[in-house]
Amino acid sequence: MTAPLLSVRDLTKTFPTRSGMFSRNKLAVHAVDGVSFDIGQGQTLGVVGESGCGKSTTGRCILRLIEPSGGSVVFDGKDVLALDAKGQQALRRDMQIIFQDPFASLNPRMTVGAIVAEAMTIHGLGADAADRRARVATLLARVGLKPEHMGRYPHEFSGGQRQRIGIARALAVEPKLIVCDEAVSALDVSVQAQVLNLLKDLQDELGLAYMFIAHDLSVVENVSDRIAVMYLGRVVEIADAADLYARPQHPYTEALLSAIPIPEPGRRKTRRKLEGEMPNPITPPGGCHFHTRCPIRKLPLCATERPEMKPCSAGHMVACHLRG
Amino acid sequence: MTGTPLLEIQDLHTSFRTDGGTVRSVRGVSLTVAKGETVALVGESGCGKSVTAHSVLKLIPMPPGEITAGRILWQGRDLVPLPPREMNRIRAREIAIIFQEPMTALNPVYSVGEQIAEVVRLQMRLGRRAAMDRAVEMLDLVGIPDARRRVGDFPHQFSGGMRQRVMIAMALSCEPQLLIADEPTTALDVTIQAQILDLLEEMKERLGMAILLITHDMGVVAEAAQRAVVMYAGRVIEEGAVDRLFTEPAHPYTRGLIRSIPRLDGGLGRHGRLQTIPGSIPSQYADPAGCHFAPRCPLAQADCLAAQPAMSGPDPDHLYACFHSPLEAPAP
Repeated sequence: MTAPLLSVRDLTKTFPTRSGMFSRNKLAVHAVDGVSFDIGQGQTLGVVGESGCGKSTTGRCILRLIEPSGGSVVFDGKDVLALDAKGQQALRRDMQIIFQDPFASLNPRMTVGAIVAEAMTIHGLGADAADRRARVATLLARVGLKPEHMGRYPHEFSGGQRQRIGIARALAVEPKLIVCDEAVSALDVSVQAQVLNLLKDLQDELGLAYMFIAHDLSVVENVSDRIAVMYLGRVVEIADAADLYARPQHPYTEALLSAIPIPEPGRRKTRRKLEGEMPNPITPPGGCHFHTRCPIRKLPLCATERPEMKPCSAGHMVACHLRG
Repeated sequence: MTGTPLLEIQDLHTSFRTDGGTVRSVRGVSLTVAKGETVALVGESGCGKSVTAHSVLKLIPMPPGEITAGRILWQGRDLVPLPPREMNRIRAREIAIIFQEPMTALNPVYSVGEQIAEVVRLQMRLGRRAAMDRAVEMLDLVGIPDARRRVGDFPHQFSGGMRQRVMIAMALSCEPQLLIADEPTTALDVTIQAQILDLLEEMKERLGMAILLITHDMGVVAEAAQRAVVMYAGRVIEEGAVDRLFTEPAHPYTRGLIRSIPRLDGGLGRHGRLQTIPGSIPSQYADPAGCHFAPRCPLAQADCLAAQPAMSGPDPDHLYACFHSPLEAPAP
């Protein structure tokens, strides 16, 4: 096996917080708590979980848009966390991000042409302005927009079109990895399908790797080679996409899968209902974070000891005392 | 269907005057909700589903909004000409509404108990103490643990799912006959969404109310509703029993919508392609003579551009607005 494009080990990120306005007790939110995974060249890793599970923070830590507190990130043989400012800039040519909200992530005062060309200028791509214009035109055409859209402003476009602009911007520097942070979550289903197909086409054509962050398991299944499920800052299960859906091991993955409404009337399945809500991340439950809501918990073990990730079949890892 | 429907919207038109011209958000919508029934109003952003629902309670800002034509019959009585004072008697007591984003729909400076009690005091003429007791009872009913203690808490002290429960408690505090649920689970995580859908179902059984469920999620439609009304660009383009709609969708837009949903067991795999509807929704200012969907429609012919198809179909329980639907092909 060749070395993976991206290798993340024991990544952690804590945000300091205080319990009250004048309190001296410093507390910390463990947003990302020992996350490890690999992404191979041209592969897609789907990362799913509910709000507050740390999936977006993980994505941003990899790009160092948020400075991680610990662990290691190795991209293409380089230690990302050891890079200086200059090295980081070079790195960002290879790693790009597409954000969830296409209304907030494009500068409203820049034309589409300027938005897409900006990164090329920063990284010194293209011989001159005319060459960059030509490249922008090609990129816009590639993502399904028209070259003449170059002179327009973001507000003149619909949500789906703006997300295409965001994709063109990410592609402008010819990256190897794109972090798609809930990139289709804000889109209507018919438009979402168009954008998902575009992302797949681009991957086949350019050999891109994606880290595809989403809260929707059905969307993730359609784009991912492998899928990691996160709960309260930790990866609880990771497996090949087909394997995860066919043989989910972690009770949280099972609950997540069975909570999705199926668009087929009459197939209303018996839901594995989860009691309660995600606990406060400042004071997470001890042992397995999931034990407070777990339908199969076995006390006291689950409440006291953190389950480690262990293999349950080839390429399938689960963090549960009772499974695997 | 038996007797008069609870709610009957007839040919509703709602428009907004804007600097760019008049936006005709709702262009002749007709639908009915019977007693105790859940009807889903489905469509993508900007199709007019929320404006239709808000028109029923006259919650659209007027001006710039205006109901330009049509009738909204509530138990046979037209709400459109009703003065604000009369309208207020219907709100909450007969028809209640819950919104997508419970954080913005609740007042941040009053405790949740005070907010529920206010509704109860105004609508049911209960005293302060009795109204607060009612608030506790409602919070308990919707599954807020330790309701007696939490009644004094403020909205920011609750999680998203719990806030939606508070909204539901408030909406149901006067035991309305119809609940309008405007994307009630869109802002919630899937496991919480499942809890809230189950809660709505349970409340419906217990109170015998009807629900008009506004959603863009076909999965939610399939699980929660008996009938569905599909909207596109301000018009109803198909309606019928949910089973029928999913097994034999007649309108090409409904078909596209159902096919573009990524499915868990679709067997599509990583390299399969999702089916899409080409193009995007028409401009809000557009006013074509023909079918609004024609520019994106795989079945469109010349006549589609000339006139707007009316709702029709061989079966009165399944109607659609399309000239060329394969369902209408002559029997062999």
